[in-house]
Amino acid sequence: MQTKLTGKAVVLGDNIDTDQIYPGRYLELVDPQEIGSHCLEGVDPAIAPGFEKGGVIVAGRNFGCGSSREHAPIALINMGVGVILADSFARIFFRNAINLGLPLVICKGVGQKVQSGQSIEVDLAEGVSKILETGEVLPCEKMGEHAMGILEAGGIKPLFRAKMGKK
Amino acid sequence: MGTVMHAIEKILAKACGRERVKTGEIVSARVDFAEINDLYLQTVYSFREMGGEKVWDRDRAAFVFDHYAPAPTIRSAKIHSEMRAFAQENNLTYHFDINAGVCHQVMPERGVICPGMIIVATDSHTTTHGAFGAFGTGVGATDMATLLISGELWFRVPEIIEIRIEGVPPKGVYAKDVILSILGRIKADGAVYKAIDFTGSYVEQLDVPGRMTICNMAVEMGAKTAYMQPNRKVLDYVQKRAVKPFEVQYTDEDFAYGESHLFDISGLAPQLALPHSVDNVVPLTDAEPVRVNQGFIGACTGGRVEDMEAAANILRGRKIPDYVRLVVIPASAEVMRECMDKGLLQALMDAGATVSTPGCGPCLGAHEGVIAPGEVCITASNRNFPGRMGSTEADIYLASPATVAASVLGGRITDPRTVM
Repeated sequence: MQTKLTGKAVVLGDNIDTDQIYPGRYLELVDPQEIGSHCLEGVDPAIAPGFEKGGVIVAGRNFGCGSSREHAPIALINMGVGVILADSFARIFFRNAINLGLPLVICKGVGQKVQSGQSIEVDLAEGVSKILETGEVLPCEKMGEHAMGILEAGGIKPLFRAKMGKK
Repeated sequence: MGTVMHAIEKILAKACGRERVKTGEIVSARVDFAEINDLYLQTVYSFREMGGEKVWDRDRAAFVFDHYAPAPTIRSAKIHSEMRAFAQENNLTYHFDINAGVCHQVMPERGVICPGMIIVATDSHTTTHGAFGAFGTGVGATDMATLLISGELWFRVPEIIEIRIEGVPPKGVYAKDVILSILGRIKADGAVYKAIDFTGSYVEQLDVPGRMTICNMAVEMGAKTAYMQPNRKVLDYVQKRAVKPFEVQYTDEDFAYGESHLFDISGLAPQLALPHSVDNVVPLTDAEPVRVNQGFIGACTGGRVEDMEAAANILRGRKIPDYVRLVVIPASAEVMRECMDKGLLQALMDAGATVSTPGCGPCLGAHEGVIAPGEVCITASNRNFPGRMGSTEADIYLASPATVAASVLGGRITDPRTVM
């Protein structure tokens, strides 16, 4: 797994709930590409069409609160999100994202420091990020061992298959 | 010291075959009951992608079709059909189809939720089952698939905080008002990754529906799970329904909570959460009399017999004005029958209410009462996020069923105490 990620930031606010990430009216969709095309439509329908692959979502407190819908991380991954930095993450969203191999990094105050469009470099192994344009270093929390183990395996599915002795 | 444990920790320790567990450690626990609702067909796909063959225990997993009951679109009908096939292949003992109701209501009714159990469901409001002294928590589709294969799930042992509720609420003030007032103070991220133990004299005497409403909304503070020590009313409820033996766990005296918050509800007014956040809460006495287009009474938060009764007591013999609508959805078939026996649905329909099939319906903007741009909805359900019940340009207010009834009656947000 790549532990250094670089991408353009899209900055969002506090309490971005899963209804904003993936509105309820699309919950009956099952195709991942189609799910990705509606990502963050509850915040701004212009985000998904213009999103650059490998982009970094930057948010405030409690990102991913609300419903347990796995469509939320599926949408983010398929829109092309490489990593999410936030003050804090809601619990079910955290599990869902890590299970699907989407890295989440706790980075206090990141929403105030970064502007949309800036390039962010995230070092998952070291727990540190940087705004490339200004050189400003953003101290982050290192990911927990358990979550890192799932990410390194490429998500819970390959990990689980291996555990069951399947290819 | 070190041996003092909370009931939640005892439940987790027992489920991983240990004497004790420590806050912050990651444990793998055996799950007593797993439930998948009809938004989570991905569970079946993830199950197969991981090489799953059979559900680990046919007595301990069930589907509940509640979010799309009955199916409003071809796509949701297809979700149901694929899930039915999976349930049949696995010969699951329990199956709750479109005739059942909301998962958090039908599972306790069927006796599969009991004190001391670990309940995992693909729904964030699984915290509801703390009302019965069970450990309930929500997960996503792939987590659920790993559980269906193995019968176990990893948990981080949560820090436990106490919310102590003392006093007797005044007339016109309900469990929903109590939890809204708590949300207003603890805030939407005040309990992220933590477990909430609701204690105090109010909780000790509280009935099962009131307990369910409060534990239901614990997740709106970010909580992993909620807990209330079972009282006589809970034991009476579960003893006549339980399908398996169960063991009530008790918190040791001297247990030290991570935090403790005291709420005195003796002088509490009815509460209202303003758009667009669950913690944007004011007493109704400070609220503007905003015009409303739709009221909704139902869902896992506010769709029980007592909720319908509170609304019917306000609307009986009165008329909701033209151009204002009230959608009423009993949380389950059992609730609906009891409401009919008591004449509650008839009273609500006489007042002009629209009654729909038991299920989640408009709470998540799926069907049965979606809101248009520019409209205002006052609801007894649990979330007022932008777009939650339909258009992102609609405003949603959260309140008790009594406040919803009073507000549709007046066509404006109204304190129920003025019409009781």
